[in-house]
Amino acid sequence: MKRFFCCLLILGIFLGFAPAFGEDTIKIGALFSVTGPASFLGEPEKNTALMLQEQINARGGVLGKKIEIVIYDDETDVNKAVLAADKLLKRDNVIAVVGPTTSGNTFAIEEKFEKANIPLISCAAAEKIVKPVKKWIFKTPQSDRYAAIKILKHIKERKFSKIAIITVSDGFGQAGREVLKEVAPTLGLEIVADEVYGPKDTDMTAQLTKIKNTPAQAIVCWGTNPGPAVIAKNRVQLGIQTPLYMSHGVASPKFIELSGSASEGILLPAGRLIVADEIPDKHPQKPVLVKYIKDYETKFKSPISTFGGHAWDAIMLVVKAIEMGRSAKPADIRANLEKIRNFVGTGGVFNFSPEDHNGLDERAFEMVVIQKGDWKLVK
Amino acid sequence: MELASYFQLLLSGITVGSIYGLTALGFTIIFNTTGIINFAQGEFVMLGGMLAVFALKGFKLGVLPSIFISVVVTTIIGAAIERITIRPVRGGAVLNLIIATIGVSIFIRGVIMFVFGKDTYGFPQFTGDIPLTFWGVAIMPQSLWVIAVTVLLLLWLFFFFKKTIFGKAMLACSHDRKASYLVGISVNKMVLASFAISALVGAIGGAILTPITLTSYDVGIMLGLKGFSACIIGGLGNPFGAAFGGIILGILESFGAGLISSAYKDAFAFFILLVLLFFRPTGLLGLSKIERV
Amino acid sequence: MSGFKKDGLSVFCFVLLLLAVPFFLTNVYYINTLTLSAIHAIIAVGLNLLMGYAGQVSLGHAAFYGIAAYTSAILTTTYGLPIPLGMVIGILLSGFIAYIIGIPTLKLKGHYLAMATLGFGVIVYIFFNETIELTGGPSGFRGVPRLALFGFTFESDLSYYYLTSLTLAFIIVLSLNLINSRIGRALKAIHTSETAAQVFGIPIAKYKLFVFVISALYAGLAGVLYVHNLSFVAPSSFGFNFSVELVTMVVLGGMARIWGSVIGAFFLTILPEFLRFFENIEIMLYGAILIVFIIFMPEGIAGSIVKIFAAWRARKSDV
Repeated sequence: MKRFFCCLLILGIFLGFAPAFGEDTIKIGALFSVTGPASFLGEPEKNTALMLQEQINARGGVLGKKIEIVIYDDETDVNKAVLAADKLLKRDNVIAVVGPTTSGNTFAIEEKFEKANIPLISCAAAEKIVKPVKKWIFKTPQSDRYAAIKILKHIKERKFSKIAIITVSDGFGQAGREVLKEVAPTLGLEIVADEVYGPKDTDMTAQLTKIKNTPAQAIVCWGTNPGPAVIAKNRVQLGIQTPLYMSHGVASPKFIELSGSASEGILLPAGRLIVADEIPDKHPQKPVLVKYIKDYETKFKSPISTFGGHAWDAIMLVVKAIEMGRSAKPADIRANLEKIRNFVGTGGVFNFSPEDHNGLDERAFEMVVIQKGDWKLVK
Repeated sequence: MELASYFQLLLSGITVGSIYGLTALGFTIIFNTTGIINFAQGEFVMLGGMLAVFALKGFKLGVLPSIFISVVVTTIIGAAIERITIRPVRGGAVLNLIIATIGVSIFIRGVIMFVFGKDTYGFPQFTGDIPLTFWGVAIMPQSLWVIAVTVLLLLWLFFFFKKTIFGKAMLACSHDRKASYLVGISVNKMVLASFAISALVGAIGGAILTPITLTSYDVGIMLGLKGFSACIIGGLGNPFGAAFGGIILGILESFGAGLISSAYKDAFAFFILLVLLFFRPTGLLGLSKIERV
Repeated sequence: MSGFKKDGLSVFCFVLLLLAVPFFLTNVYYINTLTLSAIHAIIAVGLNLLMGYAGQVSLGHAAFYGIAAYTSAILTTTYGLPIPLGMVIGILLSGFIAYIIGIPTLKLKGHYLAMATLGFGVIVYIFFNETIELTGGPSGFRGVPRLALFGFTFESDLSYYYLTSLTLAFIIVLSLNLINSRIGRALKAIHTSETAAQVFGIPIAKYKLFVFVISALYAGLAGVLYVHNLSFVAPSSFGFNFSVELVTMVVLGGMARIWGSVIGAFFLTILPEFLRFFENIEIMLYGAILIVFIIFMPEGIAGSIVKIFAAWRARKSDV
């Protein structure tokens, strides 16, 4: 019997600890994959959010109030994303949420935002996030569709007609695979091999051996680290000379670090952030890119990645929407986001509308090649 | 598929299989001396790789010195585990022992995750990464290193157990603990040594494979399980069975992934494990001490 | 007080406590945490019957939790079956698979049993991940309807909490009865000495299988409660890590102590909410708990509390 009173005591102590919130700030939620397989995407996103919070508050905040960005780490895990989304919506009562980092996590939490009438500005790439358009869901990265089109058009320009695709079995990879399979025939390209690998696989020689035995003239790999790095290395190990294209999912220094010399010659579509120094000065994005790179690299002493840029775009868009409507109410933010035109961000120049919740197209990408461990524009 | 591709699959299978074999060997050594299945065996392999990366990147040492340090540290950790967590529960219920070794395995993983994060790490292959090709098959030099080191380790262990007094004493313990004690063998020391040697063998395996497969804080679980499967394939308690079982498992996995489905690759090992445990727990080579109800 | 009356009073106090707690919470969000704790407690109690009373280990129990959850999710969402039916089928499927797997597995002992259950758990996890058309794969399965019984939908978090905690109370009563019955005594005999139990004519294999299936059914019940609450399910909830968490709950709370499992489950589910840095130390902490408790406190929190009070009462009566 006495153990009950003990249980009661223990339970009581825990519940008494519930932390209290609530000052007069504008609370924006952020959900990033700071740890886990997508950490090379999420960590720069988190850093960018912290940097922006500081910068914005230093210049007086938004509408005279300070902003507080409540950041949770979903550890690249779908379940943790769902639980964190609940926390942001029910416990922290935020007015908008930026993130998540990955497409899979975005799909998992979308409905909550539709139900709660709070805008979600995702930093994930899958086109399905905004197509078909959902009232409260937006995204900042360029769509995988345009990345695929960019890659396939480049392959076509080289007069190739047969390609092999190798994709990862997660949300991002499967979305990419669907888009590639849809677009390739329209450009007259035949997919002669369609391989899949798991997110935690450490050896893809089996799949590459299969591809080696097909007449493929180019290989398109769709995934995020570490898989593509392993594939890059396996390709060299097997002595395969076929050109290798990657998705924009590897547009970060970590990919080059993990694949080492195997990254030489790999082509991919990427936002202008990683080749900012080669962008002509009169391009509208140049000043934004240069400032972001300078601020980020000074503060965090590490190179930028395009993914941190997606977070910059998302947060600045929310701020712009609040300022445009002079209101921090979720419904107003949502309505004003749809009205934003010609917003110069790191990912591109955004033009939103009720039908377009991404605001970017093919022009947001540049074709990039990795040479001597660095990104170079393909001229 | 061309013949060369079959050889390619066979080769990757043997490479990975060598590590399964080394892990299985670690299981066997501890099992033979103490009757315990050490659930933390996979973590020794993980530590071999992770600590080598740390020494390489953190202290800027060369590849070989890093591996040396990581193997030494892991061996010490193995011995420490025996002293601190295994010895107190050794006489007790089997359930408690299982929980103790699981607890250890999780704790090690947790510490590594805490200190190094969840990222994947790698380090360069020993003699560069240009593959050698002949007859259409590409062999990474690292694969040859893995196979060579594994064979050397096996030979050393064979020599150790058959020819040295210490090794023979450990074997004696596995046959009959009481009798060994009576003839003056310090059973405690033998048990400690078995953990240390298993850690050593596991760490070496982990370190030499990392340039090929990369490493992270959670590679230990799968490796441990597959190592155990290898033990069962070869017959638990039989060191050659363990090594042999590992190679077989690696080859089966490689062909399974290449010919059937790469998605279910990991499931093969466990499926084989379950089938063997249910129908032929003495393994393909016999000699095992599995108890049944 | 007789054992039976003591148990009855305990359950009564427990139910009162559970019903009252929501009024003391400062933030409505925490009700969900309590609901999840109750769900975990249901599995933990079942696992305890297996580990603490029957002395068998299972390192793959998350699989039974997941099988029921996914089954009910798929049947009610993709195939539009009524929710109660989906739930029942899910639970029964878990039990059935436990029966099939149990027959060969429970013939093994000690470590081999542990490895076999581990392997089984991993296979099920891989299955959830790879059968994308059926389960949605790693991205999970969405749109599962909220639990509704006899026309009433448990839409609010509070109503769900009451449903789950009352279910937990019911499970506790069921388990206490089981332990105090002939079956319970047979289990204790098996745990103490299988040979002696056999000599007494107890059909060991049958009893072990029975408890294994019961523990799977409990896990299945928890699984269907879980999925119709979250409306979402993904493989990562059902992996090896969660199986370990369950074992930790049982060890922490005290093996062979039903209330211990409840304590363990609530403690380990609530704890992460209050430790900001918990994610970093989570795995380390579970490992440390297992090691420390198995060496120094194998009877767990509940067992220790009982021991302390018994010693205190003994000293009192010495006066």
